[in-house]
Amino acid sequence: MTDSARIILRDKEYHVKAGMTVRHALKKIGVDPQAVLATRGGELITEDIILRANDVIKLIAVISGGQA
Amino acid sequence: MKCRKCGDKAVLNMRQHKLALCKAHFPEWIVEQTQRFIEKYHMFSRQERVLVAVSGGKDSLSLWDILWQLGYQADGLYIGLGIDGGIGYSSESQRLAEKFAQQRDLRLTVVSVPDEYGETIPHIAQRTTRGKDKACAVCGLTKRHIMNRISREGGHDVLVTGHNLDDEAAVLFGNTLNWIGGYLLRQGPVLAARQGMVRKAKPLCRFYEREMAAYALVQGIEYIYEECPYSMGSKSIYYKELLNKLEDERPGAKLNFYLSFLQAKEKGLFATPQDGQDGEGQFGAGGELLSLCPTCGQPTTAPGECAFCRMVQSVAH
Repeated sequence: MTDSARIILRDKEYHVKAGMTVRHALKKIGVDPQAVLATRGGELITEDIILRANDVIKLIAVISGGQA
Repeated sequence: MKCRKCGDKAVLNMRQHKLALCKAHFPEWIVEQTQRFIEKYHMFSRQERVLVAVSGGKDSLSLWDILWQLGYQADGLYIGLGIDGGIGYSSESQRLAEKFAQQRDLRLTVVSVPDEYGETIPHIAQRTTRGKDKACAVCGLTKRHIMNRISREGGHDVLVTGHNLDDEAAVLFGNTLNWIGGYLLRQGPVLAARQGMVRKAKPLCRFYEREMAAYALVQGIEYIYEECPYSMGSKSIYYKELLNKLEDERPGAKLNFYLSFLQAKEKGLFATPQDGQDGEGQFGAGGELLSLCPTCGQPTTAPGECAFCRMVQSVAH
């Protein structure tokens, strides 16, 4: 058991302290909360959710680009 | 955070609306709102035939799903661009579009650019001055041409695309930075039909990009998650990132930017001296009179062949 949670975005993995909100954690690792969705156990979660120890949060990038 | 409608656990909080919804009420809300936007902007009716431009991405597949749920006569069009990028980008996106259509028993037309025009988009880009090795300009021109052609050939009344609010705000931002009046004049939820050009509509233009990704996720829509390899470092993504920074500090900033623009346009702020209307007459983006391409019959701003036909001919030689 650790007191950290893991956040995964594409091929990157970040470790943050449990007890902070998803939004706070995203800011801490430099990810724009507007540019991602957070999921835990395959379910979407809102930014106010407080991270628990050993949580694994997978982020889904939402920005797509190019010329239409 | 609780769902405003039922008090269950929310899956998405839309700060710009001060609205959090659960996994049952969120997709319901998206579908209801889409119907509201279709009516508000007079996009199309239930009697009309709709063609959805489908890329295999979250927005276009979600749009098709929503229109299908609402009971519209919506067919799909997938354009194979021949982009691989080491990830089989085009083949995978086509597979997902076909799977989606098959699961819902919907009609999907597939047009392959390499099969029809002899070259992939990246190859055309390499061989033309328009491309200058930048595939996006060639891709945009090609897709617009094919979408209009297939809409007309299939007798569809309207072509719809999955542009979301972030797409629209990014385009608006770029056009405003450069004050490109003609493009500002033509940007909006609906572009009326012109001679040789089918009506176009963007039913998702008021939804944030993350809302459409959330919709696809909640509905279990399998979409291509990988970005087009050629979109890396594009201006549109850069503008979206800038706007998201603003949005994070000021929830609703993106929506307000777009809606205020539409209101200003409605009040005549961008009317041209030529038509005094909304840019939907027989004029191009710069207010110039349009003529028809003698080869394909689509509108063009200069006399003679259109940019697409000239490009195709240049790579054929």
